Amino acid sequence: MQETTANQVAANATSSFTEHLQRQRPDLLPFGQLPFGQQPSAQQFPAGNAATPLQAPHGTTIVALTYAGGVLMAGDRRATMGNVIASRHIEKVFPADQYSVLGIAGTAGIALDITRLFQVELEHYEKIEGTLLSLDGKANRLGAMVRSNLPMAMQGLAVVPLFAGFDRPAGMGRLFSYDVTGGRYEEQEHHTVGSGSMFARGALKKLWRPNLPERDAVSVAVEALYDAADDDSATGGPDPVRQLWPVVYVVNRTGAFRVPERELAAMAGAIIESRAVAQREA
Amino acid sequence: MTQQFYVSPEQLMKDRADFARKGIARGRSVVVVSCRDGIALVAENPSPSLHKIGEIYDKIAFAAVGKYNEFESLRQAGVRYADVRGYSYDREDVTARGLASVYAQSLGAVFTAEQKPFEVELAVAEVGSSPDEDHLYRLTFDGSIADEKGFIVMGGQADKVSEAVAAGWQGALDFAGAIRLALAGLVADKETTTLPPSAVEVAVLDRGSESSRGTRRAFRRLEDADITALLAEEN
Repeated sequence: MQETTANQVAANATSSFTEHLQRQRPDLLPFGQLPFGQQPSAQQFPAGNAATPLQAPHGTTIVALTYAGGVLMAGDRRATMGNVIASRHIEKVFPADQYSVLGIAGTAGIALDITRLFQVELEHYEKIEGTLLSLDGKANRLGAMVRSNLPMAMQGLAVVPLFAGFDRPAGMGRLFSYDVTGGRYEEQEHHTVGSGSMFARGALKKLWRPNLPERDAVSVAVEALYDAADDDSATGGPDPVRQLWPVVYVVNRTGAFRVPERELAAMAGAIIESRAVAQREA
Repeated sequence: MTQQFYVSPEQLMKDRADFARKGIARGRSVVVVSCRDGIALVAENPSPSLHKIGEIYDKIAFAAVGKYNEFESLRQAGVRYADVRGYSYDREDVTARGLASVYAQSLGAVFTAEQKPFEVELAVAEVGSSPDEDHLYRLTFDGSIADEKGFIVMGGQADKVSEAVAAGWQGALDFAGAIRLALAGLVADKETTTLPPSAVEVAVLDRGSESSRGTRRAFRRLEDADITALLAEEN
């Protein structure tokens, strides 16, 4: 009797918000509305097939790179639905907690909910345990969430995040990419996800160099997004008409901070000007 | 077969209440003070890791006296309640009033239905945009709930401590003043006249956390060095 009570208490002690929701309120989870342990079958999501793909807004390009003091992440402001621009203002890079950020590409609705869940997950752990989760721990939790979304991904509603944070014990910024099955891969130097990622990656290969100062690193990220927008119709470039600039977060020893619009406007302006002056095709 | 003695409901409740009161009075006091800068929570607690004060949500903090295992389970339940509510509705829909009423119901249910009542007393504090909008709720072991103004003192020799805090409390205090006042209150039932920072646990709910620290989360735990620095400020 004593032992079963102890076992029960131990089994119910969880510091994970997602686990708590799976047990108590599975309906609130962004993926799968089924009680803990049950996997949804394909018949329950008849929405998409090759002939009539489900139309939902998709987020596009995210770039992340390391620099001298840590790591930074930038995302364009466009969401597309087929050939239509669904949103010009969407933000796809978010602070996950004090020392980490995540960017999302893929089905925007699910991705935004996963982001929100991930933010609460980290804060919940911090409040219950009284200490921050390690950076690897955070990266693993995000991988588990992406994996939970696999049934939806099979229906064409995939979410692919990029995760970056400052590893305080190691004293450096680190980058993690994911595949739709939740596979987690640590990336070196820089990485990109989303439809324009190929072009952004090409740009980063030429622009990135080790130990970039913070300001130059932000400029490199904005220019990589500019190149992605140049060749990928689903990626939005800087928009001087509506005064829309990419969302950029830097993460260093002191925390995660959003780069102010004013600075981004100046950097994007300088890039546009330098390209215009050069009068070249690309 | 043993004969069950008849015990009147009045006697039963009185016994349970006396039992809980005794348990709570054995511990050390906690003081929660609302002031100009926000809300200061000060507990006499020599352990740097077993907290009596905790963060529940953006603007809401928790303080408790009594049995650690009992109030710790209530604190965790409160964090879960607040996070689920904030996740399913919106962050601003999580209020101290909602949380306090859930606590009151749980404590009330335990008091009447369980073998033994919880030997705890809780304070739920919510910082508002001005001192008038601060909320301080006191929850006792039987599920009673009280909306307090200005400050709350719980546990230990609460009467003596409360007297000392009431004498010095005013709404215009800053954090240094509020923490000084709380510390002066905590030594009211002792021989000594000062408590070292290592013997107390201090946390604050910043009224202006958005402007001063750029975060919605108003709760901030003060380390020993922070307390020393804050108290060293000009009187």
